[in-house]
Amino acid sequence: MTRHLLSAADLSLDDATLILDTADELARVSDRPVKKLPTLRGRTVVNLFFEDSTRTRISFEAAAKRLSADVINFSAKGSSVSKGESLKDTALTLEAMGADAVVIRHPASGAPHTLAHSGWIGGSIVNAGDGTHEHPTQALLDAFTMRRHLSTISGRKVVIVGDVLHSRVARSNVLLLATLGAEVTLVAPPTLLPVGVGQWPCEHSYDLDASLVGADVVMMLRVQRERMNAAFFPSVREYSRRYGLDADRMSRLADHAIVMHPGPMNRGLEITAAVADSDRAVIIEQVTNGVSVRMAVLYLLLGGSDSALGGDQ
Amino acid sequence: MTNTTSPADVLIKGASLLGAEVSDLLIVDGVIAAIGADAARATGSDCQTVDAYGLVALPGLVDLHTHLREPGREDAETVASGSAAAAVGGFTAVHAMANTDPVADTAGVVEQVWHLGRRAGLCDVHPVGAVTLGLGGTELAELGAMAESAARVRVFSDDGKCVSDAVLMRRALEYVKALDGVVAQHAQEPRLTEGAQMNEGAVSAVLGLRGWPAVAEESIIARDVLLAGHVGSRLHVCHVSTAGSVEILRWAKGRGVDVTAEVTPHHLFLTDEHVRTYDPRFKVNPPLRTQEDVDAVRRGLADGTIDAIATDHAPHSIEDKDCEWAAAAMGMVGLETALGVAAAAMVDTGLLDWAGMADRMSVRPARIGRLDGQGRPLNVGEPANLVLVDTGTRYSVDPQSMQSRSRNTPYAGVELTARPVATYLRGRLTASEGSARR
Amino acid sequence: MVRSESSHEAREVLDADDVQRALTRIAHEVLERNKGAQSVVLLGIPSRGVPLAQRLATRIGEVEGRAVPVGSLDITMFRDDLRMRPARGLGRTELPDGGIDDAVVVLVDDVLYSGRTIRAALDALSELGRPQSVQLAVLVDRGHRQFPIRADYVGKNLPTSTRETVQVLVSELDGSDAVLIGGTEGDDSADPSGEQGGSV
Repeated sequence: MTRHLLSAADLSLDDATLILDTADELARVSDRPVKKLPTLRGRTVVNLFFEDSTRTRISFEAAAKRLSADVINFSAKGSSVSKGESLKDTALTLEAMGADAVVIRHPASGAPHTLAHSGWIGGSIVNAGDGTHEHPTQALLDAFTMRRHLSTISGRKVVIVGDVLHSRVARSNVLLLATLGAEVTLVAPPTLLPVGVGQWPCEHSYDLDASLVGADVVMMLRVQRERMNAAFFPSVREYSRRYGLDADRMSRLADHAIVMHPGPMNRGLEITAAVADSDRAVIIEQVTNGVSVRMAVLYLLLGGSDSALGGDQ
Repeated sequence: MTNTTSPADVLIKGASLLGAEVSDLLIVDGVIAAIGADAARATGSDCQTVDAYGLVALPGLVDLHTHLREPGREDAETVASGSAAAAVGGFTAVHAMANTDPVADTAGVVEQVWHLGRRAGLCDVHPVGAVTLGLGGTELAELGAMAESAARVRVFSDDGKCVSDAVLMRRALEYVKALDGVVAQHAQEPRLTEGAQMNEGAVSAVLGLRGWPAVAEESIIARDVLLAGHVGSRLHVCHVSTAGSVEILRWAKGRGVDVTAEVTPHHLFLTDEHVRTYDPRFKVNPPLRTQEDVDAVRRGLADGTIDAIATDHAPHSIEDKDCEWAAAAMGMVGLETALGVAAAAMVDTGLLDWAGMADRMSVRPARIGRLDGQGRPLNVGEPANLVLVDTGTRYSVDPQSMQSRSRNTPYAGVELTARPVATYLRGRLTASEGSARR
Repeated sequence: MVRSESSHEAREVLDADDVQRALTRIAHEVLERNKGAQSVVLLGIPSRGVPLAQRLATRIGEVEGRAVPVGSLDITMFRDDLRMRPARGLGRTELPDGGIDDAVVVLVDDVLYSGRTIRAALDALSELGRPQSVQLAVLVDRGHRQFPIRADYVGKNLPTSTRETVQVLVSELDGSDAVLIGGTEGDDSADPSGEQGGSV
């Protein structure tokens, strides 16, 4: 059993399918007049955020509350708490308060891993984004969204475009989509692909137009403007021209193809407003689906005497 | 201070000298007085006898690269506690790195460290002098004053930081020629390693940790061997960690450049796969590399391209390691496990015999550091600096039993076979069975 | 979920024809009691309650000459023993288009045992709407109630020991219809709280 969700790599095909199927059922709860289940009554879920991320926090908060868990939001952002000492002390505090699960967002890659294996805390740890490492629930909600639109993921061609080097979303998506049988191509300027990407379970390319041929899903990643100053690319204009998704590129996609973005978007940089607001864009749906998927994860980790994930099915 | 009274005579019986011939060895007045059949005959009445059958006798180990943290971070280590760790690890001499607070960049600081070492009396503590003022990388420290001080500094290093300015490095290399000194370079191109957290490669790509590319080490070594060749100076390269570095050193030595190099036990033994745990005990600088690199530095050490094993013993307080990876300090303690780990990497694999280990862990480091009376052969008339090593019993590394003030070892629970059981500094027992004898 | 390993010593107490007859009788009882099927909604409890509810709906529809609304009600999230076992996947909750407000909801399950499933079902139902009344139809009532709950329609009353297992097979899921009673099966069957579907 896996008590924690730290990496998309922790999920077997059975685990991932169970989460997505459970999310499917839970999504129906959101359509009901009473959007609440008693399942996690008496359980405490702490949202421990060392980084600002209102959208992820409220998504987890809504998910936990719909399952009747008690939710404590702990915003630990600030210069003095970026020291490790604080992560430990914070963890010990949460343990003393009886947290059954800690949903952690942290700027340091591996911080959720450290929390899960430190012995500081006994509850389940859910990685809500760690540094440039992973964001597994984002990958799950992306897969959920793809499945709803394309019915199956296996064999689908998914193109992920942008700052892969610094993207936890890309890492989790590559791992999860490989497990689910999709064919993933990462597209970025060479400066924004990590050394070692050749060993990932996906293809990579520097040519967006060539990669879009036959794509079922195009996922655009956020590109931060400050990367320009670190010489990852010469200018915003050149980046947009080579790697941005505009109406012209979108028009060459197959009719059923969808456009995704984990948000927040830099309109005009990696995606134009025309694309972001088009019918193909499922970006708002991704947000909605985030709640169902996170409900499923919390339920499967906390709902029973033991986690439903990581068994030897 | 110490050693005011002569130690008692010691007869070591049945030790295997450098892992070869089994012989008795008599120590009188801190000097090897007799070897072989003569030893027992020459024994006086108040002689202490040590049963060393089954143990390997090596010359006392010499570490070119030790962080003793004093002055400044006495919470992590002191000269006294580090000396105890060294003695337990089989060392009779260590080089104390300059990155203390204040930095060892003046005669005053190096003499202070030297005196602290003398007072501890468990091994010879040779301060390393900083190359640049405050390790700032811009102005040369007073290298001559440190060389002429009571500490007689011969090794100069900004370790922890690279002397990255090519002109400054050239000047330092030239200047120490007058002092019979050597510049020990921490080879790390700073711009290529900004914010670096681990070896750049397949593992860093997966873990999302900023990469420390091999080229950042290799490019500096390449530049420095060319500089050393150009100005005819002696260069020492600290903690070589990559296959490319070994190749460059091999090439430079082939061209006659006066360059020496060291490798740490952890770079001989551990790979970046360990970082997958995000356990900060594996965070070290230079970072743990790939298996290919480990194989290459082992071969380089075996064929002499790399001259020495040096511990880079880097004690850190619990707070600096009990945290998430990015916040953790770099470094691991190593004095007490160096011989066991190095033997696992080199002897157990058949790459070196015990004579070879003595050469890499004692003879050559002493020569590089220009130490008198250390790294000498086990011959009559030589100072009795030696270590007896149990090579036949498996044991598991226990951090709690360590003499160092810090516990940041990556080897907790690792099984090793070679273990120093007794260390003699000029005939005096400084450590036995894991405890220092103060 | 069917514990087939226990069937080597299992004894068949209802065969396929018995099951058919029982369902037909229940269908008529539902009609009689509610004076027709105007406001009846059948909700099966996964997994084996669902096909049973569908069959009842078909039979009632045949008698009445019009379709009866049928759906499913998953009670997993409402169980009071959730914390006693690892979390598990969810069944489907699917309400007919008209919903359940002011309807006569007939819950359909395969086995009635401790009553905990039905208690959970009543909780689940209250989140979905406000029926006029709720009735309960089960294929087998094996006794050992732990809650003040009784069935309105029973296919077969089956006195059992708590150490026995009762297994309902339905052709939609198991390939054939039958009710089996198995020998003592160890600790889990001794705990009547663990009633659900064919694995009890």
